[in-house]
Amino acid sequence: MKRARVGFGGLIHEATEEKGRVKLMDGRLVDETEVVWLPPIQPQTVFALGLNYADHAEELSFSAPKEPLVFLKGPNTFIGHRGHTIRPSDVTFMHYECELAVVIGKTGKNITRENAYDYVSGYTIANDYAIRDYLENYYRPNLRVKNRDKCTPIGPWFVHKTAIKDPMNLTLRTYINGKIKQEGTTADMVFDIPYLIEYLSSFMTLNENDLILTGTPKGSVDTKVGDEVVTEIEGIGKLINTVVNEQHQIN
Amino acid sequence: MKGKVQLTLRGVEQILEGECYSEGIVEIHGLEYHEDTLPLDIPKIGTVYGTLLNFKGMYEEYEPLMNENPYKSPPKAPILYIKPKNTQISHRQAIPLPKNIDGIEMNASLGLVIGKTATKVLEKEANEYIHGYTIVNDVTIPHQNIHRPAIKEKARDGFCPIGPWITCKHSNIDPNDLLIKVYVNDKLEQEISTKYLCRSIEKLVADVTEFMTLYKGDVLLVGTPEKPPYAKLNDLVRIEIEGIGKLENRVIHEEELLRGDSL
Repeated sequence: MKRARVGFGGLIHEATEEKGRVKLMDGRLVDETEVVWLPPIQPQTVFALGLNYADHAEELSFSAPKEPLVFLKGPNTFIGHRGHTIRPSDVTFMHYECELAVVIGKTGKNITRENAYDYVSGYTIANDYAIRDYLENYYRPNLRVKNRDKCTPIGPWFVHKTAIKDPMNLTLRTYINGKIKQEGTTADMVFDIPYLIEYLSSFMTLNENDLILTGTPKGSVDTKVGDEVVTEIEGIGKLINTVVNEQHQIN
Repeated sequence: MKGKVQLTLRGVEQILEGECYSEGIVEIHGLEYHEDTLPLDIPKIGTVYGTLLNFKGMYEEYEPLMNENPYKSPPKAPILYIKPKNTQISHRQAIPLPKNIDGIEMNASLGLVIGKTATKVLEKEANEYIHGYTIVNDVTIPHQNIHRPAIKEKARDGFCPIGPWITCKHSNIDPNDLLIKVYVNDKLEQEISTKYLCRSIEKLVADVTEFMTLYKGDVLLVGTPEKPPYAKLNDLVRIEIEGIGKLENRVIHEEELLRGDSL
């Protein structure tokens, strides 16, 4: 089951997918380019993982962490499918990060690994953009890098967990202007989903619609104004985003 | 303290407006109440953002390390963190002391309550975006290293007492010169003014909203002072900010947490 939140005809709809098209609440079928895509869920507390794929950590000259490297995001940073993300004019390195986003389905604390999936409602895709020029070594990755307005596209669909047989064995791919730039598998996570849920819930209560962005594999390259960036996860979908300049133009 | 306050009471959905005329007395709808008799709940707020190293004394403690590993150079942008929903508790609700931890830091901070959507705000216009003020206790497990986000130390359940209410902005309140006092078991343990901030209130709002939007109801902590008092099991902690109010919470063992009002 796939679910989205879209704007159409002056209204926000809960939509589902049918025959590759978007089915609105009232049964109408419309094309995906006819709607405005919102984040498929309204995120509450959002956790993101740094260096959670060993090959990506190596790419950035870090050794994989012994304990999850977790940071938090605020609501300002999320935008939906087919949204535009700003590349400030002064930056030299802005890269995408294709990530499996785990949606929490119910309240839990001190959840064990064995029961972790009981607390998951489903999955979506996040593109956790980073602007490396703004990285500083205090509470790194700092919010100026990771909590910028519109810098975390998410969607298009919320996919119910029953539709995903094994979330720890999904291929992730990122394309820029149609050319593949990043390919990896969730099987390579340093800390897997059950571990992360056990870890976080050992000191924090998790709640419905909290999100865990589980990190990205190797293959982050620079993106330029005008680039169409597609982050894709097997069985979940393709999330499209366009990089724009500060005037919201693609040149 | 004197002035207009907005109160959220347990079991009451609407926000009440009150007026403080004399110490401890709040007038609501023409009736006078002592503040200690009001069942104050968490104010209606959005996202709570903290600011690290924004008190001069705190900055100076880290300054000798700033050109060393892992920091390598002094910070440029404000260093921010989030105190998520699970951390937020009201005035007089208990702070849970984690197992195997003796003492936790009581990081007192003035919280700016944002009044309207704030994106790329100019320093000279920052004041227009502030609706009011509240008090936040940014409870933290002591840690020296600030290279990585301190989620385990700062984002635990109950680690963000906030309140007791929102004090509305008023020309008598100068947020850049407010006295903060922290008492542990009625003994004054810390006293410092917000005049020792590195970035003024206005500069902080400008520098933060340069890259991230603050929405109506979001709370931005202006920073926590150096050498925070520690609290141990059963300690009663009170933060007073001149003109804003007082926020009082007791530290109890985390396993005792859900047994109700701790005072």
